[in-house]
This record gives sequence, C-alpha cells and structure tokens, in this order.
Amino acid sequence: MMQLKCPICGGQVVVSDDALPGEIVEHECGAQLEVFKKNNSLSLRLAEEVGEDWGE
Amino acid sequence: MRLALAYDILRWEERDILEKGRRVGIDVRPVHLDEVFFSMDKEGVRVPSIGEADAVLQRSISHTRAYLTSALMEGAGYCVFNSSFTIERAGNKAIASSLLARRGIPTPRTVVGFHREVAIKAAAPIGFPLVIKPVEGSWGRMTAKAENEDSLLSLMEYQEGTSMKYKSVFYLQQFVRKPGRDLRIFVIGDDVPVGIYRINDSNWRTNTALGAKAEPVDINGELRELALKTKDVFGGVFLGVDVFEDPSEGYLVNEVNTVPEYKNTARVTGYDITSAILGKLKEEIKK
Repeated sequence: MMQLKCPICGGQVVVSDDALPGEIVEHECGAQLEVFKKNNSLSLRLAEEVGEDWGE
Repeated sequence: MRLALAYDILRWEERDILEKGRRVGIDVRPVHLDEVFFSMDKEGVRVPSIGEADAVLQRSISHTRAYLTSALMEGAGYCVFNSSFTIERAGNKAIASSLLARRGIPTPRTVVGFHREVAIKAAAPIGFPLVIKPVEGSWGRMTAKAENEDSLLSLMEYQEGTSMKYKSVFYLQQFVRKPGRDLRIFVIGDDVPVGIYRINDSNWRTNTALGAKAEPVDINGELRELALKTKDVFGGVFLGVDVFEDPSEGYLVNEVNTVPEYKNTARVTGYDITSAILGKLKEEIKK
C-alpha cells in the first residue's frame, strides 16, 4: 500500500500499490478523489463531477 | 493478444477486465485517455502513448470522448471495439430512434423537433404523458415526464435554459406504461447470454443509477431475436440493449448502450461477462 496526500484536508490516504490513474478513492474527510499521474508519480485530485455525456 | 484498454475512470468493469485479462494471458495495457494525444499530418495519424496493440477496448465513460477517441484510433490503424461507427449510431438518441424505426424494430413512438411549438404539435397524436429527454446522456439524467402541455412547455424552457450541447433539440417520446421495470439485455458477438430486469417501484425511471434493483432475466426467443436484430443495425461486439414491456405493444427497444456497465448484471446473474467479452475479442482479432 502507498500513502498519498489528500488535496482537500491534507491527510494521508492509503492507496493500493496497483492503483492506476483514473481510480476513484473515497477519503474519510468526505472527498471523492481521483488518482492521477504527475511528474511520473501518482497523486490525488478532487474527482471530476459527473459530465453531461457520462454513463450508460 | 495485446489489448489496449481505453478508459477515463477505472470502474469495477475496467478493473475486472485488467485482472481477468492478465489471468488468461492477455496482455491488457491500461490507456488512461487523459494522457493520450493524437498527431495528424501527411504521414498519417499517430497515438504515441498506445504503442503496439492487436485491439483497443473502448471503455470511456464519456460518450463524446468514446466516439472521438475510437474514430481517431481507427484513423491510426487500430482495431477498436466498439467502433466509432457503432458508438456514433447509438450514442445520440435521435439517431438511434430513427435507425430502429427504419429497420422496423419496435421502439417507443418518438418525435424530434427543434422548435417548441412545432415539436409539441407533432407529438400531439402520441398523447400525454410524454417523456422529454436530452438526445445525449445516460443514467436518466434530465429525463422528465410531462403530464400535459403546460408542464411540457415548462420542461422545454428548463432544457433551453441549460448549457446542454443539444438544448434546443426536443426529443419527445411516448410514456410507456412499463410494469415498474425495464430490461437490459447484453449482446456479446452473436450471443445474447445474459440480461437483467431493472426494477423500481417508486420511480418510473428504471435506471440502476437512480436506485433500481437488478434481477436476472430468462432470455426468451423473442428477446434474443430482438437483441440480435438491434445488433445488426448498430454493429459492435458488446452492446447493452434496453427494452421496455408495453402492456399492449409488447417489447419495445428503447436504446442501445455501446460502453455498457455490467457490474450489477455480473453480481446478480453470476455470469462472467468480462471473460465472455475477452473471448469474443480474441475471436474477432483472429478474423
């Protein structure tokens, strides 16, 4: 498991070692976060809101 | 087989494809579409971040991105499932309705117009209640039922006031008095292996995103034939066909999903949809 920083509360978020960009992670502060790649390493950002053309 | 998995959000389905693919020796390479770009010039189309692949499985959560990236990847020589041809035909409800009607596949009565009064007048023979939907979108979003002309006009005003891409395309449809449920039938290649009822006793919209409960369906010959006829119109190797049961007209094909979600179907039926898709892709690549 790896630890990433929550961009909302600054707390530690435990993320699986095999996490990939686009993976959604719920944090205990209530934020829904998305794993993304920054400078060749993984970080977290606030997940995008549902888009108009999303889903099936 | 080398399979590129094009995605935006890694849902249960994409995770299952990655894991099952690797388990059966398929080299599944996740391709996050945020990191993809396309270069076009006189040498052709290039997509450096994909590299060598026998096929691409399109799993973008966005209709626009699914269509566009499928088309561009095909331009670069990749074999994409489902193809941009299939996604384009099914992704817009107006186009999908016209194709279903043209092929004589039973579908709810539908009117498309671009001006409020014209659309209302054209839909008069259908009668109220009427359903108004955006021509693109899923999960039941912005789909509303108008009990009379007053409420329909208000809903049209709301639609025009949004920032939706197709805000002044009015797609009006017969309200089908379904028995608290609809059917989601899956087509994989030329098979119709599995389907679910989506049951909602408290909301006429039966999307699982709106709380509908999934239960397995026994697929009878009529449903199988309807699903395969629909597949003939839209193409594709993996489709989710939504069917209504009308009390007097019987089965009506409502819409076709080209990047269908299937987590709930796999859960309640126990059918391994992921492995069936991967098996079908192997067959398609050998052709």
